Amino acid sequence: MSISYALEVENLSKRFGEEPFVIEGLDFQVKKGEFICLLGASGCGKSTLLNILADLDSPSVGTVRVADRPTLMFQDASLMPWLTAGQNVELALRIKGIGKEQRRNRAQELLELVHLGSAFDKRPHELSGGMRQRVSIARALAQEKSILLMDEPFAALDAITRDFLHEELIGIWKRTGLTVVFVTHNVREAVRLGQRVILMSSKPGRFIKEWDINLTEPRRIDAPEVATLASEITDHLRNEIKRHG
Amino acid sequence: MAEIDKDQSELQRLSAGLDALESKSTQSDSFARKVFNFSGPLIALALFIGIWQIFFYLKLVKEYILPSPHQVYQALVNQYQEGILLTAAWNSLSRGVQGFFFSIIIAIPIGLALGLSKTVRVVLKPITTGLQQLPSVAWVPAAIIWFGLSNATIYAVILLGAVPSIANGLSSGIEQIPSQYLKVGRVLGTTRIQQIRHIVLPASFPGFLAGLEQGWAFAWRSLMAAELIAVSPALGVGLGQLLDVGRQLGDMSLVLGAILSIMFVGILVEKLAFAPIRERTLRIRGLRN
Ligand SMILES: Nc1ncnc2c1ncn2[C@@H]1O[C@H](COP(=O)(O)OP(=O)(O)OP(=O)(O)O)[C@@H](O)[C@H]1O
Ligand SMILES: [Mg+2]
Repeated sequence: MSISYALEVENLSKRFGEEPFVIEGLDFQVKKGEFICLLGASGCGKSTLLNILADLDSPSVGTVRVADRPTLMFQDASLMPWLTAGQNVELALRIKGIGKEQRRNRAQELLELVHLGSAFDKRPHELSGGMRQRVSIARALAQEKSILLMDEPFAALDAITRDFLHEELIGIWKRTGLTVVFVTHNVREAVRLGQRVILMSSKPGRFIKEWDINLTEPRRIDAPEVATLASEITDHLRNEIKRHG
Repeated sequence: MAEIDKDQSELQRLSAGLDALESKSTQSDSFARKVFNFSGPLIALALFIGIWQIFFYLKLVKEYILPSPHQVYQALVNQYQEGILLTAAWNSLSRGVQGFFFSIIIAIPIGLALGLSKTVRVVLKPITTGLQQLPSVAWVPAAIIWFGLSNATIYAVILLGAVPSIANGLSSGIEQIPSQYLKVGRVLGTTRIQQIRHIVLPASFPGFLAGLEQGWAFAWRSLMAAELIAVSPALGVGLGQLLDVGRQLGDMSLVLGAILSIMFVGILVEKLAFAPIRERTLRIRGLRN
């Protein structure tokens, strides 16, 4: 495998049982340290793809090569309700076999990184949706994987919180050099975050077009350049959806 | 660099504002609520005794059929003064608790196997469910034939009463774990053992707890049935035996006193052992209110 790729997917297809293919013939590479956004209508197979990349599911056809086993973040933060915020982060460290003392300190550091230093002992249900998602980011960072897959992680949040988390995520990405594959059906979000945006078709899910985004940070979701590109991509997405009408 | 620092402090202030607006903290019950939680049941009890007393005054039935609250109280005081009441309650409670702990030890592996393996579930679940449905008093005659009038009989009946409930509770606790938690475990890279230790067991705890509560209720009932039927000097006196003595003497006050004592011990165990654990579990997980 070539060294500069974090992820290489070749001719990947997936079907469940005898159902029609959900995704078909996907070919793509993600460079190390790249931030890509996958965009597609509901049900086009985005989660299916991420599950395969995270090795939670296996492809029907094709191969996936990863530089490192990725970690995956979900739409709901999926924190364990019986643990505190800090313990949730510690869980990732504990599973890696890190000792008690070190675990606590590291978890505290990671919570501080997502601006939740004072929430260590809070239970997940005491936190807002945005705070829970930040704990989930801290937990993912605790794994120290080089690839982060995100499955519509901010879809359930209000616009202001989402805006804030976009900034926070980009900051973390810049500091850590993570490779990020970010799935969303929000076009502006994709343009706001990605270096590259890939548009997927539905039934079966294929890659139909991609855009390199050459906008500099800091980008704002309401910046005119973002809006212009987003409306171009939205037109493509609409055409794709109309095709099924 | 200065630019990044400025961004960071800006972000920090934004996040502090958002967090302050959005977080909620769990508040515990108000003092008035706590007082009511405690006094409410006492009021109900007082009401019950009051109605009973009125019923007694009306002389609708003969005294040996329904004695007054005071007569029942007197019967209990007599037993207490002879040193029987506390001994009997203690004997029953310690037998019940010991039998219950044995039951937990036996039930956990069964429950885990049922919950974790579909094959085991298909084969064994109908049996444990069948046993759970069977009133365990039905085992008393069999146990007497197998073990004679011994403590073994009593423990056997407790076990047969409690084990199926606890095992089924744990197993359904495991079956009902949201698949998302299991997925997170796998994303975190758990081994099979870690998955069970860090995800499956804590996630199934509410179901296990429900199984324990039902298991205790069944253990206590089974114990009383066993004590009532298996009467022998070798077994010493328990609340069930006390009830039987009352029946043989035709002493309705003692019979009712024994029944109330059995209920009282049952309620005590629920209030002191199970209720706090249940409350804590629900509160921690945000499942209350
Ligand atoms: N385990 C499964 N068994 C059968 N069908 C499945 C399974 N998982 C997903 N599917 C089907 O595959 C298709 C794609 O699902 P997927 O969840 O990947 O879409 P998605 O793009 O993530 O959608 P959304 O935007 O709603 O999250 C859907 O039609 C879904 O019904
Ligand atoms: Mg999805």
